[in-house]
Amino acid sequence: MEGIVGYGAYIPRNRIKVEEIAKVWGADAPSYKRGLMLEEKSVPSPDQDTITMSVEAAKNALMRCLINPKEIGAVYIGSESHPYAVKPSGTVLAEALGATPEVHTADLEFACKAGTEGMYVVLNLVKSGDIKYGLAVGADTSQGAPGDALEYSAAAGAAAFIFGRENVIATTLETYSYTTDTPDFWRREYQYYPQHGGRFTGDPAYFKHVVGAAKGIMDKVGMKPSDFDYVTFHQPNGKFPFRVGKMLGFEKKQIETGWLVNKLGNTYSGSSPLGLTAILDVAKPGDKVLIVSYGSGAGSDAFIFEVTERMDKARDLAPKTRELLDNNKCYLEYGEYAKYRQKIKKAT
Amino acid sequence: MTTPSRYWREIPQRYRLEANKCKKCGFVFFPPRLICSQCQNRKFEETKLAEKGKVLTFTIIRVPPQQFVDQAPYAVGIVELDDGVKLTGQIVDCDFEDLKIGKRVKIEFRKIFAEGEAGILCYGYKFVPE
Repeated sequence: MEGIVGYGAYIPRNRIKVEEIAKVWGADAPSYKRGLMLEEKSVPSPDQDTITMSVEAAKNALMRCLINPKEIGAVYIGSESHPYAVKPSGTVLAEALGATPEVHTADLEFACKAGTEGMYVVLNLVKSGDIKYGLAVGADTSQGAPGDALEYSAAAGAAAFIFGRENVIATTLETYSYTTDTPDFWRREYQYYPQHGGRFTGDPAYFKHVVGAAKGIMDKVGMKPSDFDYVTFHQPNGKFPFRVGKMLGFEKKQIETGWLVNKLGNTYSGSSPLGLTAILDVAKPGDKVLIVSYGSGAGSDAFIFEVTERMDKARDLAPKTRELLDNNKCYLEYGEYAKYRQKIKKAT
Repeated sequence: MTTPSRYWREIPQRYRLEANKCKKCGFVFFPPRLICSQCQNRKFEETKLAEKGKVLTFTIIRVPPQQFVDQAPYAVGIVELDDGVKLTGQIVDCDFEDLKIGKRVKIEFRKIFAEGEAGILCYGYKFVPE
């Protein structure tokens, strides 16, 4: 049966604390930390972008499955921060892995759910028998406007999944998507920073779609929250995943393993996929995992995975997500952060 | 300034560290060559460089060329890879006080530079602490 044969994560080493951002804008750090349940977020180095992080995450995924990259028939990067406006990110990734030239490649974009879109497409290409293996990456180097609430959470990271039919480490039991046209967050052409609908991003957007997708997939397979060992939702801030989990009937302990946002921030297309990598790092054979993404605009993709015996052989072959999150950190001051994220206007 | 065609020609080396190895004397060439400089043999096998190694020597660049101005100061070093090949590259994600001869490093895929505001983005290998 089809499923994940390899997975990998990548998180840059730079961090900035909520206090450091709040200090610059005269904001009250404790209320932001409490309100958003955030402590710090990851920041890419000036030489890192969606492409470089995708390559590193994908290399980690390859280390876990030891397949010949030439057998990868599809490569998709889901991101809202593709470095080029016109020129695919996926071609660089496919070339760096050695998967070219017999490979289908595309860049996907759907706010924060572009990563799971890629997973959905490669899974179904594998199911159809059209490809042997397919690679899907969710990666972002998100930008929040200076002083905006988003600046406290917009972070960087990538998660990669290779799907296949043989030597599966997590079998896909079901998929489900829930989509409506909901303008809760957007960025127009040539605009540097996104706009959002404030509180409108909550009930009619995040909660409606995540609940819709989670209920939809559970109804489809006849499962209930207590049937799952782990669940990960999209993590725009620390609070939303716990609140939506409670609405659905999940317990805190099912959510905590994949809840990275308090130390990582919102990695957009990488958010729930990175949560899934953290879960796979510890899940045991037979464990059932639910992942529900959310992308503004708006939609949610849901997947149910069952971990197989093979996971125990694959897990230690590449760096674990919590290790990447906790080790070798470098804390930035706001000035360095502003330079790294190209927020400073220079003479041309 | 590089050109898209020159950058494109170097992709197998910059992205995938592809080298060739003399079938007669075993010397590894990066980038690949047509004639072995050691034994003049013309037969090679394809190989890839090791992705880990140790710092042989390094320097800190404080007065960089134009494309690297925003990155300065930065470290450039010669690394002896685990297969014995010596490779020059930037050493990043490493505080200068922690950078020592003999330090273990590994290769990561990074953006090397951007061609101005509108040109291509050039990617390749850099070293980071292992």
